[in-house]
Amino acid sequence: MSPDDSEYPDGTAGSFPEPPVSFADREGRDIEIRPYDEDEFEEVVEMYVDFDPADRAQGIPPATEERVRDWLETLFEGLNVVAWHGDRAVGHATLVPGGNDDHELAIFVHQDYQRAGIGSRLIRALLGHGRANGVGKVWLTVERWNHAAVGLYESVGFETYGAESFEKEMALRL
Amino acid sequence: MNVLLGIGGSDDSIRALERTVSRAKAAGDELTVAILENPESDREPSNIETRVRDTLADAGFDAEVRHVSGDPGPELVDLAESDGYDQVVLGGGQRSPMGKIQLGHIAEFVLLNSPVTVTLVR
Repeated sequence: MSPDDSEYPDGTAGSFPEPPVSFADREGRDIEIRPYDEDEFEEVVEMYVDFDPADRAQGIPPATEERVRDWLETLFEGLNVVAWHGDRAVGHATLVPGGNDDHELAIFVHQDYQRAGIGSRLIRALLGHGRANGVGKVWLTVERWNHAAVGLYESVGFETYGAESFEKEMALRL
Repeated sequence: MNVLLGIGGSDDSIRALERTVSRAKAAGDELTVAILENPESDREPSNIETRVRDTLADAGFDAEVRHVSGDPGPELVDLAESDGYDQVVLGGGQRSPMGKIQLGHIAEFVLLNSPVTVTLVR
């Protein structure tokens, strides 16, 4: 359930870079993060078709290519940034508009590119892109045991809200 | 089998109703539909009952329909145990704008506390 306005942090989050953002990851690979362009649909589909099933959370990304395509159509109605290693999509972060003048956030990094500092750059670039496009309220849910993800979200200013439930619920004001 | 369906009026519980009625008819199960007071749902219990009776009539299937007042999760678990049901069936959660599955609070409670098998309908 998305949060009420009163459940967001009082203050706004810090500053974030606007994409494009280029850097070398911890493996020395040259990575570029750019806003999604509709010509890049197939490359993003390819990343998700090859996604490790163990990295799935709360039913996403979907398991079959057909459902991945439907799901991405929905996500690409929102704001999206993609991390590239050359012409290969290796990470994707998205802000999907909801019903309360808010956006739901999710971030995915391909298993070959995890633990290399890409997620941290990707979420900051997404929030920079969101702020530049007038996004104010951002929320997400995350599995409680996923301490790496919770730590990442806290590092950019997300705070926990809501009653106890299976997933941890977090919100941030841009 | 003796099946207890809990329905609180959320969209996933309506879907669970339709699927469970057709499944019970095909399998020859005995079905009881328990209408719950779900604070997360906008549908009134009387509207839910109409929906339940319409669904049963459309399927040509007979089931007991009862109203359960009080805290829905604990009341449903109590009913399942005291009346000897073999299985509890509930809606399997709503999807967020992103497509993430989010379980309702009733399902969370029943999953963790029910002494009998729980089915979540997707």
